[in-house]
Amino acid sequence: MTADAATYDLVVVGAGPAGLAAAGVAARAGLRVAVLDSGARVGGQYFRALPDGFRAARPWALHHGFSRFVRLRDGLDGADVLLNHRVWAAGPAPGGGFAVHCLAGREERAGTVTGARLLIATGAHDRVLPFPGWDLPGVMTAGGAQALLKGNLVVAGRRVVVAGTGPFLLPVATSLAAAGAKVAGVFEAGGRFALAPRALTRPGKAAEALAYGWGLARHRVPYKGGRAVVAAHGDGELTHVTVARVDAEWRPYRGGHETVECDVLAVGYGFTPQLDLAAQLGCAIGADAAGGPAVRVDRHMRTGVPGVYAAGETTGVGGADLAELEGLIAGRAVVADALGVPAGTGVGARPEPGTGFGPGIRSEARVGARLEARRRRLTGFARALLRAYPVKDGWTSWLRDDTLICRCEEVPYGRVKEARDLGAADARSIKLLARPGMGWCQGRICGEAVARLAGEEPGPPRRPVAQPVRLGDLAAMDERTSDDDS
Amino acid sequence: MPDVVVIGAGMVGAACAYYAAREGLSVTVVDRAAVAGGTTGSGEGNVLVSDKEPGPELDLAVLSCRLWTELASEAREAGGFEHEPKGGLVVAESDEVLRALTQLAGRQGKSGVVTRQVATAELAGYEPHLAPGFAGGVFYPQDAQVQPMLAAARLIRRWPRVALRTGTEVTGLLMERGRVTGVRTRDGDIPAGAVVNAGGVWGDRIAAFAGVELPIMPRRGFILVTEPLAPAYGASPAGPPAPLVRHKVYTAAYVTNVASDSEGLETSAVVEATRAGTVLIGASRERVGFDRTVSLPVLARLARQAVDLFPALADVRAIRAYCGFRPYCPDHLPVIGADPRVPGLYHACGHEGAGIGLAPVTGLLTARLLTGAEPEIDPAPFRPDRFAGTPG
Ligand SMILES: Cc1cc2nc3c(=O)[nH]c(=O)nc-3n(C[C@H](O)[C@H](O)[C@H](O)COP(=O)(O)OP(=O)(O)OC[C@H]3O[C@@H](n4cnc5c(N)ncnc54)[C@H](O)[C@@H]3O)c2cc1C
Ligand SMILES: Cc1cc2nc3c(=O)[nH]c(=O)nc-3n(C[C@H](O)[C@H](O)[C@H](O)COP(=O)(O)OP(=O)(O)OC[C@H]3O[C@@H](n4cnc5c(N)ncnc54)[C@H](O)[C@@H]3O)c2cc1C
Repeated sequence: MTADAATYDLVVVGAGPAGLAAAGVAARAGLRVAVLDSGARVGGQYFRALPDGFRAARPWALHHGFSRFVRLRDGLDGADVLLNHRVWAAGPAPGGGFAVHCLAGREERAGTVTGARLLIATGAHDRVLPFPGWDLPGVMTAGGAQALLKGNLVVAGRRVVVAGTGPFLLPVATSLAAAGAKVAGVFEAGGRFALAPRALTRPGKAAEALAYGWGLARHRVPYKGGRAVVAAHGDGELTHVTVARVDAEWRPYRGGHETVECDVLAVGYGFTPQLDLAAQLGCAIGADAAGGPAVRVDRHMRTGVPGVYAAGETTGVGGADLAELEGLIAGRAVVADALGVPAGTGVGARPEPGTGFGPGIRSEARVGARLEARRRRLTGFARALLRAYPVKDGWTSWLRDDTLICRCEEVPYGRVKEARDLGAADARSIKLLARPGMGWCQGRICGEAVARLAGEEPGPPRRPVAQPVRLGDLAAMDERTSDDDS
Repeated sequence: MPDVVVIGAGMVGAACAYYAAREGLSVTVVDRAAVAGGTTGSGEGNVLVSDKEPGPELDLAVLSCRLWTELASEAREAGGFEHEPKGGLVVAESDEVLRALTQLAGRQGKSGVVTRQVATAELAGYEPHLAPGFAGGVFYPQDAQVQPMLAAARLIRRWPRVALRTGTEVTGLLMERGRVTGVRTRDGDIPAGAVVNAGGVWGDRIAAFAGVELPIMPRRGFILVTEPLAPAYGASPAGPPAPLVRHKVYTAAYVTNVASDSEGLETSAVVEATRAGTVLIGASRERVGFDRTVSLPVLARLARQAVDLFPALADVRAIRAYCGFRPYCPDHLPVIGADPRVPGLYHACGHEGAGIGLAPVTGLLTARLLTGAEPEIDPAPFRPDRFAGTPG
């Protein structure tokens, strides 16, 4: 298999801004680095690489920050990049360090990559709240809509509605509009200007918000707060949605409904960190500003498990800038720990030029201090954002008894209520009695909704098998260990 | 004031509440979490007679199997719990193992276990996808399975005389002149005529509230779950399309593992299909305290044993794994009955890897003892004070 025998100084899982930044720093400092990602290209969520033709035509349209991507990608400097590698488990390796078990390619070739240190940069996935009709073809997550753009750009000419909550609705809407879609409206369930006062405290973000506002205006996209898509309709595929005026708890006002025609609905209610591997490794998991789970790290991005680091959305959802910055800090800490010098000095582990921390600065320690200070600022901003766009309980009033909660196991809301009547007082026992989250996706899609229906904040995942794996491949690992024993 | 408070809404507590209410007692079931949130929600639902040596536990199991069938037919209208009397097939790796297995079956027969000898050539008739090369086996038609979480939930809801209070942690017992008169919870006291400790692997802590000791320890088990398979899995060497796994299937080594006292890891896979289409592969046994850390070597071992039994499973994906903690007593027997040291306190816990199978009989015996009726089976071997003097 790909790299079975290799042992690296650092294995990075996730090739988004966080993973790329860390891998680059470590590789440039001379460490042997492997970067694994389940995707076909590097870049992660933010820099979802586009088909080359489109990128060449107008990279800025979808890829604001494209040059940054190129810089990260080209900065990898000798690191082994293993794409199409899905990691299904990570744990301590028998001979020390960490074993990362993955499945490569469409054939799901099983293999193991080992490293002395491990960085978890697995990002986040879309948070999904079910509503009547959310399972119709044409309804997708904000992340899914991005994937549409990335594909063959079939959005041109389509009528699109963007709905949900949070600042990411804007870039989704503008990039769809820029790609030729007719965006019929952006509906923010929270207040329209929840973000605005905060944006002012960060000039960069304010400028970004303005740019998006400008984009929306240019494409004549109506942006409305206090509105939610409470139902999607269509016979076999999406034809229109019901938009309701909602109160501060997201309960629809009587009579405040309108119908909007569309053939694509992109819904985003924020993001949930991908914590399967961190939980497997036993990293301490705490709560982010909005109460959701996130890996706990020290100021050098070290988790509670020696040798394991985390960066990017896994430590709390905070956007691409923060993810990249955390990657830099983590990469420097890895180098320092590998060299046995105090973290934050990171001998030889300079961030590359263009980040503002280049050769101009002499003292390594000062670089570290400035990176940390910047992280504190960005983290504060991210926290404020999370608090500004909370999910409110009123969404449960959009549900009907036949609304599917879990698509994999086809569990309607009525069955969840039945389980609660039977004494399922928490999310886990709802799952045990009614089966939401038992299917193929293992609750990645419905887990959040089920937790909220049980009146809980979503907790850390418990998924010893993070990706489906053939029993034959698992069995082969047993033979491998017994060979070692003899 | 209820006649009885049952602590624990797991399978055993549910069965105790069910049978006590059937005898006319009013019951309040309290659980600090939810229904079936303890070991009942992290194990499997095998109702087995096949895996037990003749003795007091097998006597319990044989009666309990029959009770499960009664409960299932009664529950049919109200909502069932996936009771499937599908039978178990135990296969032997060698002639020598087959001889031992055959002898065991003979002894079990005297306790009321129905067994059927299966020759090598007949194995494919039972399990078309079974690996070749087994020396033969024994079929146990009484072996069955249930969905334990649903079963616990539904039994608690069966009688209006049973009240359920979830999210209510018991923090102590109410005592009057040496007698237990109810429970203390975070939400206030609940006085009762009697208290049943159905706290499973945490039953020792509840006993400690009354100042008595029960040597219950956790014995961890991992289970692998596959993706759902089509009901008719595909053409089989022995004829028309059939489910990949039809019965509960395991190798004879399982019986020795179950009875072992070792702290170390033991695995011998029991393979079975569920109504949801998944295949369950369980389970390992090891005593490592309440440690939930994933053990890949254990999962790998389970997978290998399952593939050794059914080679076609090699291409089937595992989508999930979980672990639970069996309530283990040093003599592998449950604790059932009134505690002679503390009047008013009854125990129904410590069923190790058989608490689902043995729940109905445990509930029935407990109800008999609560009402002063003659129990169907002599409860002496399960006495709560039998451990006195045994070290830790
Ligand atoms: C629609 C949308 C719009 C956004 N718009 C903005 C914006 O305008 N501004 C902004 O700042 N941020 C935006 N973001 C957020 C931004 O994408 C993230 O903050 C950033 O990508 C986080 O970087 P990361 O490195 O932590 O994770 P990611 O970029 O998510 O990268 C994680 C990588 O890990 C891989 N991975 C995960 N699990 C495994 C596994 N088990 N095995 C192998 N690989 C795995 C994934 O394939 C992925 O490539 C947007 C996000 C979305 C979805
Ligand atoms: C991997 C595995 C596989 C298994 N397979 C099988 C099988 O196939 N067949 C079989 O028969 N058995 C099997 N078992 C064993 C079976 O699951 C247990 O014996 C059975 O679930 C025990 O049930 P219980 O009701 O005694 O305990 P539990 O289900 O653990 O219930 C105890 C309840 O007490 C509550 N509680 C504890 N303390 C307090 C307190 N202070 N206040 C309030 N509530 C409290 C807990 O919250 C819990 O809900 C398996 C076990 C494991 C781990």
